[in-house]
Amino acid sequence: MSENSAAAWQALTGRAGERAALLGAGGLPTRRVEAWHYTPLQSLNGIAWQEAPALDAATVKRRVEGLNLPEHDGLLVFANGRFCKELSHLPDCMDVQEYGDGSAVQPLLAGRFSAGLNAALRQPGARLHVPAGTDAGLIVMVSLTEGDGVSTHLHHSVTLDEGAQLTLLDVQLGTGQYLTNPQVDVHCADKAHLSHITQQAESHEAARLAIVGARVGERGNYDSFTLNQGGVLARQEVVTQLSGPFSNTNVNAIQLVDGARLNDLSSMIHHASPDCTSRQTVRSVLSENGQGVFQGKILVDRIAQKTDGYQMNQALLLSEKAQMNSKPELEIYADDVKCSHGATVGALDEDQLFYLRSRGVQEEQARDMLVQAFLLETVELVEHESLRDYLLKALPGHV
Amino acid sequence: MPAVSETREAVEKLARSNYEWGFETNVEMDLAPKGLNEDIVRLISARKKEPQWMLDWRLKAFRAWQDMSEPDWAKIRHPPIDYQDAHYFAQPKKKSGPKSLDEVDPELLRTYEKLGIPLHEQEMLVGVEGAGQKTPVAVDAVFDSVSVATTFRKTLAEAGVIFCPISEAIIEHPELVKKYLGTVVPVADNFFSALNSAVFTDGSFVYVPKGVRCPMELSTYFRINARNTGQFERTLIIAEDQATVSYLEGCTAPQRDENQLHAAVVELVAMEDAFIKYSTVQNWYPGDENGKGGIYNFVTKRGICKGDRARISWTQVETGSAITWKYPSCILAGKGSVGEFYSVAVTNGHQQADTGTKMIHLAPDTRSTIVAKTISAGQSDSTYRGLVRMQPKARNGRNFTQCDSLLIGDQCGAHTVPYIESRNMSVRIEHEATTSKISEDQLFYCRSRGFSEEEAVGLIVNGFCREVLKELPMEFAVEAQKLLQISLEGSVG
Repeated sequence: MSENSAAAWQALTGRAGERAALLGAGGLPTRRVEAWHYTPLQSLNGIAWQEAPALDAATVKRRVEGLNLPEHDGLLVFANGRFCKELSHLPDCMDVQEYGDGSAVQPLLAGRFSAGLNAALRQPGARLHVPAGTDAGLIVMVSLTEGDGVSTHLHHSVTLDEGAQLTLLDVQLGTGQYLTNPQVDVHCADKAHLSHITQQAESHEAARLAIVGARVGERGNYDSFTLNQGGVLARQEVVTQLSGPFSNTNVNAIQLVDGARLNDLSSMIHHASPDCTSRQTVRSVLSENGQGVFQGKILVDRIAQKTDGYQMNQALLLSEKAQMNSKPELEIYADDVKCSHGATVGALDEDQLFYLRSRGVQEEQARDMLVQAFLLETVELVEHESLRDYLLKALPGHV
Repeated sequence: MPAVSETREAVEKLARSNYEWGFETNVEMDLAPKGLNEDIVRLISARKKEPQWMLDWRLKAFRAWQDMSEPDWAKIRHPPIDYQDAHYFAQPKKKSGPKSLDEVDPELLRTYEKLGIPLHEQEMLVGVEGAGQKTPVAVDAVFDSVSVATTFRKTLAEAGVIFCPISEAIIEHPELVKKYLGTVVPVADNFFSALNSAVFTDGSFVYVPKGVRCPMELSTYFRINARNTGQFERTLIIAEDQATVSYLEGCTAPQRDENQLHAAVVELVAMEDAFIKYSTVQNWYPGDENGKGGIYNFVTKRGICKGDRARISWTQVETGSAITWKYPSCILAGKGSVGEFYSVAVTNGHQQADTGTKMIHLAPDTRSTIVAKTISAGQSDSTYRGLVRMQPKARNGRNFTQCDSLLIGDQCGAHTVPYIESRNMSVRIEHEATTSKISEDQLFYCRSRGFSEEEAVGLIVNGFCREVLKELPMEFAVEAQKLLQISLEGSVG
């Protein structure tokens, strides 16, 4: 580790500097680090992040109630990195396991900066476990962060035993200039099905380095959807490994970026077994000085014959200063595969606008309609009906 | 599935297929001592009788190179290269100047005959059968580091076109070389371009004056012959306003069990309404069946569309080299200028290719098209790496990119790494990539109509590459099709 990066690292970690060694030659990734080329973290340099103080229970309660959450079977609330037991409840079929020592980075996420940071400063999060053959319904997890110069590093794990099912709505919000660095470790055993919806509505001044690592067993399914709409510098990183045959993963997302903010969706879909499928649709709408980043990699191992992978990434630029950087990547070592990716970047289609205008729709309204139509197709990929409605309400102009 | 297993079997057989151009020519060589230092750079410059400004330019490049490190981001692996263990200057010994073919070593001429390059002017009319009109091609042949013969110069001169070895251009047209050399690929652009700038010994120079349509195809054949030499050629093509030129480049090297370095730099400058078409059929020695030997092909190619409505089109068929590291790029600086990149990259055996393009849109109404076809067989790895960047001023910029990969056998890899950067809302960028194998249906269809497995695969692969091959000038298209067959020989059917 060079001295400079060590200093930067010390500055970031502050209270847990001794654990920095976990990151090896760490330091804050710069533009020169390939994985962070479009999302460099220098702006976080030199901030002495403090541990976030406990929040007043009444405030937290008010904020959670204000969310208008869909009807759910369980609720877990975290405020400034602390579990709020009195506001949380779980269905009987589920148990919350004790938080172990667990400062190790799970192998799937090895070498990834966000995971290393989480490992170094880890705070115990939810330990959800759904027993075999059980459908645990919809669980909502709310993480609220408030304050300036504070950071949280929650570590959650979600384990579904054989044939178990769960829909998890992961809502993140807050106010202030904070840093959140949550990690979710997911394990779907054979035939288990997790539908994981992340609603990222962090403060528009916050930095966020979130990472999910999911392993999926035979005929299992990890279906992920992210709505990225907050944070001044926010990356959602999703790493899924299809480790059993005939398993499936979807890594879909919507990014809505305005102001001078940057939202990043980075994903790695690793086909490590034969006969698996993966689907990815990422749509970004960039306005004002917003910057969107999409980095998606599909890796197909030599043994993963009969892989079927598809990835689509589209961006709509609504202003002169908006920017989009995409890097859809295929790395393929098996020959009997069907993999494709597509990417488009552009403004609203003038022909479509003209069509609506010629039918008497006002220009502004026509633009809204087209943006909403663009987003709607992606939200419709969420299977859970009431969640779909919930997400639609979160979109601009209430589609 | 029989077809698949047969295909795999055949892949293993592939290594036994012959590299047709693997002969060595016994020509007396004049070699500089091994190693690279300022003295070698001075020696090269002195041997080329270069003016002082050229030597200064080289030394500047050499000093920059000493401070640079080899790029490591490409998906290629190779043992460290010892830059001191090579000759940086090799020249076939000549009795006199290279201007007359009669004085060239007959052994050399036989080499070109073997390559099928009709160097003699009377043989230059390479008629395409049935085409009616015969197409002349002017050839500049570069043997190791030195240009040995340039044909048709008189005809070209009448049209005002300058086509000569760059070493000659440095002496005879210093104003042009000074004005453009290093403007598209700056000396310290990257490790290999800096190395090239320091030690390049020859290459081709083309200048097409305003309003001139070059009366014939221009062509250069590069051959690395001597052992332990690197080839560092430098090509500079300038097309003035409304000028048009089509340039072909072919490459071969003898079979050797050590690796040889090839680090060329090609610069294209297209002014207003000019059109430069640059076609490459790269067939350097790829190494033997165990991955031993072969050429390391680390090439920097870049063109700038300086004037409005200028157009640069790169077409490449890459079948050779142990390692290919090459990204022919276009800087679209003129309003309404057009950049094109058509590529077929075939890797087999232990070959590795990391190739693609960069399209940098700087001006309004610029358009670019990228069509990249990648075929991996044997134990090879092939990567398409490309960048499309739309700068804020590139209003109404358009890009279409299509990358298709075909895998033959389960020991190879095919990768696609596109970078798409958009800084302006009026652009439209479309990117598509697919990876697949030869479909059983297509094979079955051909087989049921009486084609052998090998013919069927040949047909399918040629169909797969058609969009690119049709961009090649006719003579090259025929050659490229044959090359594809040879490269994949034994890998199928």
